[in-house]
Amino acid sequence: MPTYRPGPVSLILAILVALFLLLPLLAVIPVSLTPSRMLAMPAGELSLRHYRSLIEDPRWLQSILLSIRIGIVSSAISTVLALCFSLGVWMFQPRFTAALVGFVLLPMVVPPVVSAVTLYFLLTSISGVSSFFGYDTWLGVAMAHSVMTVPFATVLILVSLSQLDRRIDLAARGLGAGVWERATRVIMPNIKFGIVTAALLSFVLSWEEIGVTLFITSVNAITLPRLMWMGLRDNIDPAIAALSVILIIITVLVLAVRSFVVRLRGAQGEGKA
Amino acid sequence: MRGVLSDRMGAALLMAPLLLFLVLAYAWPFLGVVKWSFTLPTPGLGQYQALLTDDLVQSVFIRTLRIAAIVTVVSVAAAYAITVVWVRGSPAQRLIAEFCILVPFWISVLTRAFGWVALLSNRGLINTWLQSIGFISEPLTLVRNEFGVVVGMTHFLIPFAVFPLASAMRSLDERVLLAARGLGSSRMRTFWTVFVPMTRSGIIGSALIVFVFSLGFFVTPAILGGGRSVMIAELIYLRIFQSPDWGLGAAISVVLVVFVGALMALLFRYVRPKQLV
Repeated sequence: MPTYRPGPVSLILAILVALFLLLPLLAVIPVSLTPSRMLAMPAGELSLRHYRSLIEDPRWLQSILLSIRIGIVSSAISTVLALCFSLGVWMFQPRFTAALVGFVLLPMVVPPVVSAVTLYFLLTSISGVSSFFGYDTWLGVAMAHSVMTVPFATVLILVSLSQLDRRIDLAARGLGAGVWERATRVIMPNIKFGIVTAALLSFVLSWEEIGVTLFITSVNAITLPRLMWMGLRDNIDPAIAALSVILIIITVLVLAVRSFVVRLRGAQGEGKA
Repeated sequence: MRGVLSDRMGAALLMAPLLLFLVLAYAWPFLGVVKWSFTLPTPGLGQYQALLTDDLVQSVFIRTLRIAAIVTVVSVAAAYAITVVWVRGSPAQRLIAEFCILVPFWISVLTRAFGWVALLSNRGLINTWLQSIGFISEPLTLVRNEFGVVVGMTHFLIPFAVFPLASAMRSLDERVLLAARGLGSSRMRTFWTVFVPMTRSGIIGSALIVFVFSLGFFVTPAILGGGRSVMIAELIYLRIFQSPDWGLGAAISVVLVVFVGALMALLFRYVRPKQLV
């Protein structure tokens, strides 16, 4: 069976694009090792001082912990809301499903800057009532992040539901299972993978969220991206390069593990989602 | 009490929390922003008139459209080149292409913008290298201008352009390509007269996605433009936080949403949602 493979011209162009995609990620490595206090290429000696400052400077640690806390809370909120909504859509197929799903997906399609202005309006309005929940508070940021991530969680869970065989739910129903039992003991165990993926994606999206966070924080709720932003705008701090190297390494490792797991599952279950 | 009524109740109970959450935390405040655009600083259409007459706002809009158009063409072309290998390459080529697409995709926009600063700035990799081999004496200005913005945005958007193209290329019937080759058509000719036309829906989808994304782009232009090539999103930020003019910021946001909405409507007329991802 012959196959249609890309020719030499395609391959050369693709290699150029691949280099373009990887180059900026590699460029941060030498910068992170510079002994200089400013952004510069290391000339001669290398230094780990910027990696050390990540551990020694309490600001980095604080914002990392804050980002983790916000990520967990917002991921929990958006996964639970998305799961309930998707179960409702799948089990009952109500009228206007398309319109309702479209509404839920809005924060994903509206330009992020407009969502940012919208959430800024929301949180400043709340601030008038409560000082611990609103503009520049961690709970406010967690809620705003939930708004931004819930469409992604919903899409993932709806997709994994769409691959589920309806007959197992019909069988459970025919055997007398109620809505709660069908949802928790029949449907949810079958879409475990989708639910976990939705929670992880929500966490990652919140962890790196900057567009909205810039609009809704000022001095108190400094998440990690927000701190990086400050370091990038004022006087470029090479500690950001050190942090970037670490984040890139984590991403590469996670992707490698994921592709390994997907392969393993593919080998075992013949490509079940 | 099991039946039609409880089904409806169940659906309502399950779907209500998210819908309520988004109505309160998204739809309602959006209407608030719309209200700002008509009421601040004075009630009326003043902000929208200002949009049409203000030279700064106009030049930012034109710059945004220009940058978005350039970025769209470059990103889709680059994405096409790497997607061909990702979809049609040998298993090893596919794996490498996937790695090059997914690793940048999962890395945060800040890290990627910073990577370009490290490459392009005056004391960055490229200038240091060019100076050390004596090719240039003064560093080239590669960031804090439109060039830097276009490079950074293209880098960010290529992976997004890849996905619609990949789905179009996957659904393409390989036998047509083999038939064209078998009938004596050259590689080039098969590519341009058979392969490209058959992935048209993917090209349109990916161009519209990239264009829509670039219109509302904030982080990359703000970092790589260095305040010198401001795009719409940064203008909104500046209007709200630096020269507190919430009304104008809100009005620009409303115009942006309407414009993007119109583009999305166009997208769904030409490409059905299923074909996008």
